[in-house]
Amino acid sequence: MKIRVDPIVCDGHGVCAELFPERISLDDWGYPIVDDSPIDDRLLPHAKRAVEQCPVIALRLERALAGR
Amino acid sequence: MAVALRELETEGITLPRILAGLTNDLVEHRRRYPAPPLSARPLGDITTAIERSGLRGRGGAGFPTARKLRAVADRHSHSRHPVVVVNGSEGEPASSKDVVLLTRHPHLVLDGALLAAAATGAREVIVCIDETATKALHAVRKAINERARTEASSRVIRVATIPHRYVAGEETALIHWLNGGEAKPTSNPTRPFEAGVGGRPTLVDNVETLAHVAQIARHGPDWFREFGTDDEPGTMLVTITGAVTRTGVHEVPVGARISEVIAQAGGFLSSTKAGAVLVGGYFGAWLSIDQARRTSLTNEDLRPLGAGLGCGAIVVLPRTTCGLKETARILAWLANESAGQCGSCVHGLAAIAGGFANLNDGADLTRGDDTVDRLVRWAGQVEGRGACHLPNGAVRLLRSALTVFADDVERHLAGRGCER
Ligand code: SF4
Ligand code: SF4
Repeated sequence: MKIRVDPIVCDGHGVCAELFPERISLDDWGYPIVDDSPIDDRLLPHAKRAVEQCPVIALRLERALAGR
Repeated sequence: MAVALRELETEGITLPRILAGLTNDLVEHRRRYPAPPLSARPLGDITTAIERSGLRGRGGAGFPTARKLRAVADRHSHSRHPVVVVNGSEGEPASSKDVVLLTRHPHLVLDGALLAAAATGAREVIVCIDETATKALHAVRKAINERARTEASSRVIRVATIPHRYVAGEETALIHWLNGGEAKPTSNPTRPFEAGVGGRPTLVDNVETLAHVAQIARHGPDWFREFGTDDEPGTMLVTITGAVTRTGVHEVPVGARISEVIAQAGGFLSSTKAGAVLVGGYFGAWLSIDQARRTSLTNEDLRPLGAGLGCGAIVVLPRTTCGLKETARILAWLANESAGQCGSCVHGLAAIAGGFANLNDGADLTRGDDTVDRLVRWAGQVEGRGACHLPNGAVRLLRSALTVFADDVERHLAGRGCER
């Protein structure tokens, strides 16, 4: 799986960067920079929590392409 | 193809093809171009001809036109007839080729659109034109009326006016607008060819692209390939402004040398006359005079320099104008054109424009190095972070300016001012 942000929906609350620092950092204005490399099982709970906690539902998990 | 280019070097590169036979009169136009077919089913032979021609979109993305035609035709069904959208929004301030075509050659564009409609099985053609382009609007409306009076057609053609904003011409923004929403890009993962206008499969093609479609249908793919390179064939329209005597729209082979194109427009790439060349318009990149001299107008040549053909807009910066000042002006414009939807675009472009204005003013002198470092960091943070490509355009322009005008940057930061 990989995580993606919808930049139009995102409000820059920054909750996600706290919950999933392994893949999400914030830019100088507080908006999430999302690393979309594949997420292994160990990190998946963090990713799911970030997706669930985002107040505007801007994050989603997507299936990573096969072989990645 | 090299042959054609060599001939052109001796002849001077005037080759009216798309710009030949300009007329607003349908009868006169029909002497050169037969009426497009009326069949309601997708016509594969048109797509095959376009595929063999190797035509790529002339709106900026450079995507193979035949692939788009096929994607839409494949989704044609009796309950979901596709729609053809002619993108004549031309939000790029340095470009006027689409408006020129719509105004001076409307029937060629409409023929191209109707051929695309025949290729995909579309029943409706929507011509999107900037609300401020009054001459183009008038010419196209008149052309549509003339056809309605004199030619049988199984297809409806209508005009839609588009807000005068840069992002309004972005594909998803156009579709959103035509569906009754705001003319702003959307992040809906469904592409227009799947579900566009009214949820129907939608082909969005640039005005010039469709004019080429009409010419290829008339003259064939081999004729089209007489100019250009194997991978990027044909002729293209460029809009040249700045330090040239014949500003405006010129037709040149794809792959022509930038210096020849500028010469055709009565300009000269010497370091006493020109400071740099902006290729691809406000959405493009600066080339130094040296780079421009060595480079041809193909994406293959331009990409390694961080540039691209874009919509074919070329600005020759006069030696007497400061490149930093000009870049600051364009960055401010781009920041202002942000559709205000994506955080990093809104804040990032404003920060970059502000930072670059400081650099130009030589402000922030005590922390001279920080000014550039910060701009570079912001560029990295903003790139690829928007729902549309606007931030990427600003980043491209910024990076090229910092490289091409490196000496000026030093001078401005050292507070030695700028005489230009
Ligand atoms: S939590 Fe949601 S709204 Fe907040 S920054 Fe992350 S993605 Fe954006
Ligand atoms: S990237 Fe900028 S211009 Fe594009 S949709 Fe987002 S806010 Fe609008």
